[in-house]
Amino acid sequence: MCSYKKTEKSLLQRKIHDKFMVALLMISTIVVMTPLIIIVGYVVYNGIGAINADFFTQELGSPTRAIQGRPTGLVHTMVGTAVVDLLALIISAPVGIGAGIMLSEYPDHKLNPFLRIMNDTLNGMPAILKGLLAFAVIVKPMGSFSGLAGGVALAFVMIPIIARSTESALMNIPWSIREAGLAIGLPRWRVVLSTVIPAARTGLVTGFLIAFARAAGEAAPLLFTSFGNNYLPNHWTGMIFGPVDTLPQRLYSLAISPYKEWHSMGWAAGIVLLSFVIILFVISRLLTKQKH
Amino acid sequence: MQKREFVNSIYKKSLSLIYNWLGDKIFLITIVSLGISIILLALGMAWVLLYEGHTSLKVHGVIGFLTSSEWDPAVKLRFGSLPFLFGTVVTSVGALVIAFFPAIAIAIFIAEYAPKWLGNIIENMVHLIAAIPSVVVGIWGIFVFVPWMREVVYQPVYTWALENNSSLLPILGNPIGYGMASATIILALMIIPFTTALTKDAIDQVPKEQREAAYALGATHWEVIRMAVTPYARGGIMAGSVLSFGRAIGETMAVAMLIGNKNNFPFTIFGPAATMPSVIINEFREAVENLHLSSLMAIGLVLFVISLIVNLFAAYITRKLSITGGQSI
Repeated sequence: MCSYKKTEKSLLQRKIHDKFMVALLMISTIVVMTPLIIIVGYVVYNGIGAINADFFTQELGSPTRAIQGRPTGLVHTMVGTAVVDLLALIISAPVGIGAGIMLSEYPDHKLNPFLRIMNDTLNGMPAILKGLLAFAVIVKPMGSFSGLAGGVALAFVMIPIIARSTESALMNIPWSIREAGLAIGLPRWRVVLSTVIPAARTGLVTGFLIAFARAAGEAAPLLFTSFGNNYLPNHWTGMIFGPVDTLPQRLYSLAISPYKEWHSMGWAAGIVLLSFVIILFVISRLLTKQKH
Repeated sequence: MQKREFVNSIYKKSLSLIYNWLGDKIFLITIVSLGISIILLALGMAWVLLYEGHTSLKVHGVIGFLTSSEWDPAVKLRFGSLPFLFGTVVTSVGALVIAFFPAIAIAIFIAEYAPKWLGNIIENMVHLIAAIPSVVVGIWGIFVFVPWMREVVYQPVYTWALENNSSLLPILGNPIGYGMASATIILALMIIPFTTALTKDAIDQVPKEQREAAYALGATHWEVIRMAVTPYARGGIMAGSVLSFGRAIGETMAVAMLIGNKNNFPFTIFGPAATMPSVIINEFREAVENLHLSSLMAIGLVLFVISLIVNLFAAYITRKLSITGGQSI
């Protein structure tokens, strides 16, 4: 009860102390939030000039192209990002949903505690290690960097997030709904697929969006899986089996390059990436709000 | 006639048997194998890193690899991970120290003091900022933060030390802007939203009665927070900080863009350094020697082990502190 010593102060003193702490908290909130808002402001301010029609329709090419003022852009990057991210979604969705169903619909399964620990472990691992894993599993045996390897690396990022969110979305569905399904004679798999999952679809989609937003911003695992490419591949299979450009990785390459023209394209890529993440974020927030 | 009915009923029964029993079996097997694939993924990650890194660990010895500070991929082909281990620990601890109190302050402000609409806005902003990709923060760091810090902080301090106290110079290091200090500050900025979100969750779980009891004793709002809310929430707050620390350890892109990437000792405050993720990012694409690749994989293994320990520690804290939280005031 040592804390009572300090309360021997007069009521006025205590109230002043209270007000002082409020002020301190407010100031620190403002001080910390400001630079974070400034980051967004700077990205928009510096990048908006480089966004034009060429930016969305031309390939990047070699640095001389930008220096000589010929049209360059990041169309190959955006197409590549779409391909790699979609691959990641296709690979991770079944695994994540499956594990989520196992955790929530078969709560007595002997493997569940272990699965939960392993899933959390995987979730806590730095994304770069998932890139190393994809490198060893896909790039090495196939002999080349590829969009597929990038998709697998991002899937490793998304799987644990989707598994977790699926589990909590399905847990939110009351047991009475499952019992109702079982009572009219549905087998368990139909109960899960036709009653529980449709009821939980908002939660599932929200989880996907969060996982997707997280994976879409990752550059580290892509640098040595999809590697990057200054041009569009000649044939569409090159998007899957050849080196592919992706936004975060291209942003990194542009930012550390020595060319001024590329720097401003880097900022513009930042705008695209940021708005993509913000859109995903806003949709997921709106969905969550709608649910309650 | 009877025979036909019998066959029909068998047929129907077997159909429903297939539909019910076999369907359930197939469903369970599918689900469980998908679950097992996650387990295999986690175990596979450890195995792959060990398998790919064991050449280097064999050549240098585990202890030798961890304690040697020599990293020479060009001439001698000797690899030691100590500079990166040190860089990771120093930047992450530094970032957590900088981020801890501001993050908790924001969480307390939005949970306790701010009006609901303002709290909602700030909380949404915190979540949004936590979702900003690390490369975007990195590009801001390169073109805005680093030049600014160089002009306003590093160079004045360096000149001051040059004139007044030259014994400080070897500790301060080269004020080029890219280095330990810049990386640590940016890292702190990046983990603040994460820590804030987890702290806010912990504070939200404090029961109303806990607060009301303290109010009933005549406590002011701040005293309620200090005596009733934070002690109860401290398990969650601690676990959140440990998880943020784990985040900081694995944070790659922003750090790799700002730390300057110098692979050996001695360490200085302003001068360039490297962390485990940053060295993997910088050298993995260019590594040609097998031993070099293997050493980078071995660094990945060290990173894996450290992240594993941090995550398990966070889980332990949550379990240990959250239930008894607040009992020992």
